[in-house]
Amino acid sequence: MSEVRSLIVDDSSVMRKIVERSLRQAGLETLVVFEAGSGLDGLELLKTQQVDLILSDINMPSMDGLEFLRQLRAQNLAPNVPVVMITTESSEEHVKQAILAGAQGYIRKPFTAEQVKERVLPLLHAA
Amino acid sequence: MQVNGVRAASIATRRGGGEKEMERAMTLSLRESVHLISDPMNLDASVEEVFQLMLGVDSRRFEGPAEIVEPESVTAVVGFGGLLSGACVFRSGASTAIKIAAHMTGMEFAEVDDIVKDGIGEICNMLAGAWKGKVPDLAANTGLSVPAVITGRDYRIHVQAPEFQLHHSYSFDDASFEVTIICDGLQ
Repeated sequence: MSEVRSLIVDDSSVMRKIVERSLRQAGLETLVVFEAGSGLDGLELLKTQQVDLILSDINMPSMDGLEFLRQLRAQNLAPNVPVVMITTESSEEHVKQAILAGAQGYIRKPFTAEQVKERVLPLLHAA
Repeated sequence: MQVNGVRAASIATRRGGGEKEMERAMTLSLRESVHLISDPMNLDASVEEVFQLMLGVDSRRFEGPAEIVEPESVTAVVGFGGLLSGACVFRSGASTAIKIAAHMTGMEFAEVDDIVKDGIGEICNMLAGAWKGKVPDLAANTGLSVPAVITGRDYRIHVQAPEFQLHHSYSFDDASFEVTIICDGLQ
């Protein structure tokens, strides 16, 4: 797979590193990673950078992941770029809300690199 | 520290399902599920899952308090809001916190710095999420706050008459820690 440019949005720097490591373990060795500590920072970054994949936490201060997703679609930033939510919130209701807001995938924390591979790679191949 | 105050600070479930969803939420009660919610096995399974998947270690519950003999300890709190209010509290000594962060990141730490605190906050966040995820109605109707992490010496956590409380000690390798689930309100 050619170079994959990914945006990881999470208020935890540790989780951003773990997600990045999981992507590399999933086989995305030629990975370029952009990091954002909040939904707001993520939106700002997408005004200047093109990405192929977005992974976002939901439960974040200032702007949560669902609002980030809604703003992303409303502002037509990164159209057609798959978004995967990675979060501790795992109820059907939360998954439904994420899908309605425009997410293509959902990974529950804690997760394995194998789960990241299963959910992310098909989206990249389909894009 | 008054853990009761976490209730006000915790983030209520963000729902956008319209009037029917609001009505359902208002009539739904977790009281019928209290035996499931307070099942100690759910907490043990959550700790085991989080430590196995995120750290790659096997954690085991043991009786009695965790050995936190060091002067510095690390406490992380994630609040519950919604039909259940309360908190998930993680507590360990500094050396255990450093060990956990090292397992999570693959880095080495000499002290409890911001990365260690961040890692412990995330562990508490995942424990809270995994625990509430064991009971579907609880998962759907209870939100989580962002983690707060407290470090220091000689501090105590005081909880005022919770509805129920689970307080367990666990170990992995030669490290030990405590996880407490406090429910101070259940609708």
